[in-house]
Amino acid sequence: MREHAGTVPFTFDGKAYAGHPGDTLAAALVAAGVKLVARSFKLHRPRGIMAAGVEEASALVTVGYGAHAEPNVRATDVFLYPGLVATSQNAWPSLRHDIGAVNSLAASLIPAGFYYKTFFGPPSRWMIYEHFIRKAAGLGQPPRVADPDHYAHRSAFCDVLVVGGGPAGLAAALHAAEAGKRVILIEQDIAPGGSLLREAVTIDGAPGDQWAQTMVARIRAAGGRVLLRTTAAGYWDDNFLFAVERRVEPGQPGQGPAQVLWKLRCAEVVLATGTIERPLVFVNNDLPGVMLAGAARALALRHGVAPGRRAVIATSHDDAYRTAFALADLGVEIVAILDSRTAPAGPVIDAARARFAVFADARPLRAIRSRNALAGLDALVAGVRQRFDADCLAMSGGASPVLHLHRQAGGALAYDAARGGFLPGAGRQGNTTIGAAAGIHALASILDQADVVDPLGAATAPAPGPIWRDDVPGKAFVDFQNDVTTGDLALAQREGYTSVEHTKRYTTLGMGTDQGKTGAMVALAQIADLRGVALPEAGLTTFRPPYTPVTMGAFAGPARGDHAAPIRRLPLAAAHDALGALWVPAGAWMRPRAYPEAGESIGQASLREARMVRASVGVVDVSSLGKFEIAGPDALALVAAVCATPMAKLAVGRGRYTVMLREDGMVMDDGTLWRLAEDRWLITSSSGGAARMSRHMTYVADVLLGHPRAAVVDVGEHWAGLAIAGPRSAALLADLIGAPVPSHMGLCHGTIAGAPVRVLAASYSGERAFEVHVPGHLAHAVFAALVDAAQAAGGGVYGLDAMDHLRVEKGHVVIGAEADGRASPADLGMGGMLRKAGGFIGWQGLTRPALADQAGRRQLVGLTSIDGAGICEGAMLVVQQGEEPAGHVTTAAPRVAGQGAIALGLLTDGAARHGEVLLAWSPTRHSMVQVRVGPAVFHDPEGALYHD
Amino acid sequence: MLLIPCPHCGPRNQEEFAYERTLDSVVRLDDAPDAAVTALYTRANLRGTDHEIWSHLCGQWLRLTRDRMSHAISAVEPL
Ligand SMILES: [Zn+2]
Repeated sequence: MREHAGTVPFTFDGKAYAGHPGDTLAAALVAAGVKLVARSFKLHRPRGIMAAGVEEASALVTVGYGAHAEPNVRATDVFLYPGLVATSQNAWPSLRHDIGAVNSLAASLIPAGFYYKTFFGPPSRWMIYEHFIRKAAGLGQPPRVADPDHYAHRSAFCDVLVVGGGPAGLAAALHAAEAGKRVILIEQDIAPGGSLLREAVTIDGAPGDQWAQTMVARIRAAGGRVLLRTTAAGYWDDNFLFAVERRVEPGQPGQGPAQVLWKLRCAEVVLATGTIERPLVFVNNDLPGVMLAGAARALALRHGVAPGRRAVIATSHDDAYRTAFALADLGVEIVAILDSRTAPAGPVIDAARARFAVFADARPLRAIRSRNALAGLDALVAGVRQRFDADCLAMSGGASPVLHLHRQAGGALAYDAARGGFLPGAGRQGNTTIGAAAGIHALASILDQADVVDPLGAATAPAPGPIWRDDVPGKAFVDFQNDVTTGDLALAQREGYTSVEHTKRYTTLGMGTDQGKTGAMVALAQIADLRGVALPEAGLTTFRPPYTPVTMGAFAGPARGDHAAPIRRLPLAAAHDALGALWVPAGAWMRPRAYPEAGESIGQASLREARMVRASVGVVDVSSLGKFEIAGPDALALVAAVCATPMAKLAVGRGRYTVMLREDGMVMDDGTLWRLAEDRWLITSSSGGAARMSRHMTYVADVLLGHPRAAVVDVGEHWAGLAIAGPRSAALLADLIGAPVPSHMGLCHGTIAGAPVRVLAASYSGERAFEVHVPGHLAHAVFAALVDAAQAAGGGVYGLDAMDHLRVEKGHVVIGAEADGRASPADLGMGGMLRKAGGFIGWQGLTRPALADQAGRRQLVGLTSIDGAGICEGAMLVVQQGEEPAGHVTTAAPRVAGQGAIALGLLTDGAARHGEVLLAWSPTRHSMVQVRVGPAVFHDPEGALYHD
Repeated sequence: MLLIPCPHCGPRNQEEFAYERTLDSVVRLDDAPDAAVTALYTRANLRGTDHEIWSHLCGQWLRLTRDRMSHAISAVEPL
């Protein structure tokens, strides 16, 4: 027993306590006499400490406060630190006087499948119920502010990964490390030893916990890495595991990363994951004061804390007898040992009988509640009911090997009737399971090289507890966290949810944050009994990662905020900043949206810039466009596969607009295609589609065409691109390069400000325009020259919004807006541009009847606001309110030339509906505008402006 | 998380690779329309060994022979 008061201050529900260093929060609370720790998820039943580790199902609390608060922490899985703040969950106004506990009285109204049954009916009813349920049933609240903690990711490789720092794992890790292998040992506790932390054994003359410390030192001395407070949570293909290391406890502010997510690729994996004890099934087996026998023993032997004053031990096998000795040695009165076996025998039983009252053929029927905790129990002893007074009931219904990782890795199972459970079969990835997890319980067998003194060591496998057949009325729990009782399992069977997977979903069995670690096998035995089949036939649900809950921040690691994805910056970013650019993310790129002058809104600036282009000249940065060069004798074949438009007759030095299709015939991307030389081509594509196009072209070359004599080079990052557009662009550019500029869709080479440039006469704005390509590192001087010349001519720079206004007015489609992945070339008015002979990617897809016959397709149209009010992007197009939408607005813009508002849209049979008046209606943005349907071009439909 | 042996780079983590499609869903430029539509939309998806096309960050296209149940990779060839 503890001899002095605690030194580590902490609070629970606002009350101050002090615990000992190394205490779990659970141990400190039990030591302080706190029994009621939580309210259950659905029924708000009083709950206390039930387990001693990560398997705890009942004692969930919130630890920390403010931004550091971590909800649903198992009180048994958080170690005390000075200033720890713990609060109870799911209780209002207080843990003791919980209004929601009325759920417990009204429990017959909330049976298994309640959700499913209730929510048949009109959706409006669901909304009302959901509101009520969310308040009544629940776990802890996540903090509403950003997580202030840092999380790191680390990768590591090893020859042998050992999961579990109990006796078997320590021995295996040391053996491998001393054989010269790279070893990593992972243990979820803060201390090594596993089961040794709760057993009175000596190994090689030292107490078990000290022997474990020595082993860790020896493993490290032999070059091994030991990660404590680290949980191996997932096991995937090819021996890839991830583990989460806690550097600070839940809710604890600290320096450096709070958690480290380890990604481990291992040559060999050894699982020494131990067992989890099973509860017994009887009425009120969830009362505070009822706990697993091993947990009671851990409190006594590891923490020196007595779990009560008067204890009853209820068990189905020898191992729990250890608890009687451990508690008695701490001064706890052992009222009785109830053994469900008819004739338990052996040295352990004999030793117990010498000190305690041992009853055979005995098992609990009902725990008796006084206030919110255990006061005693009714038991059945050799067929006779008998009452025992006790404030602690230490129970054990057998032990389940922890097979989660083994199963995640695809390992087989072997049923073992003596245990009433499964042992690991063959590992699919060459992994092995050792120690208690493999069904080996005797310490002397696990550590056959060591001198083990374990007088109470059980020789036989832990047998399962008896099946509960509703011997007395009341709630007997199999899943403590989700409030699933034997009655719920029976109801599921009666209502036809017989398979274990159906039972799980109907009752929520095993679906809590503990994933049914303690109760799953107990529930399975009950289900098998109800169905009258052997346990293996009842089936087993899937073990899914993670083994224990993982903070989302650990998965995200450093990839948060600006680090979530790389940001691509233009080579001229600094120059745009100097011009007062307002940046906007466009895919991975940051691009100038507009260059507002003092007092201008973004909309005003964009419209001014667009009108400047129509009136004189503007310069815009188009460096992010995709650019690909294809060269070689077979270049034409490659280009012809990718681009759906004719190009064989394209003269050297000329280009044309082109589209690239997916195999289903839908538009994937668009751009321009240029013949730089007889067997050398340049393709441009959209900024957002550049990465996809790069992959697509290599797929076509390597997979479809089988390595033609042609190379594809993604030159997007080599060239900066500057578009110069407007009626004065040709004269300005001719002046700068000192030579005549090419006609529309021609190209030339020249020099601007000493830098070599390539000039492509292409336009998206509807004005005479050029794209000037210059190597990125030489772009600053060229940009400066272009901007100076433009400003001298009454123009200047323009941004993405102005570019959008101009292209809408000209009716140019954009990938992602009009070409949304569901639009064929014909839908976008480009059907006539395709090669009649086919032979390009997507030609087969276009022959499908629905595409060949255009009836009913959504087609590109232009929309003009009748009263001039702005049209809402994304608005649906309807004939009148309440009707099915006939289409939607894809991009909206103000008129650049003139006043008013226009848009592009996709409209069912739109090509035949010019002149019709529709409503562009967006109920979510409270916008309704009358629009007239027309052709998708508002500016220079004949393209006269392209010619000098 | 698979460990995929790239013929150029050696064994690398799956996250360096991108799955493209099964070999039987490749549409050749000269496939008849019916065959192309079948390859795209109605594939067998049988249990057992499968041939898949993947790409590696190094730019290499690969043909993997992979078991659909066990995920075991029995061959990796450059395409
Ligand atoms: Zn590679």
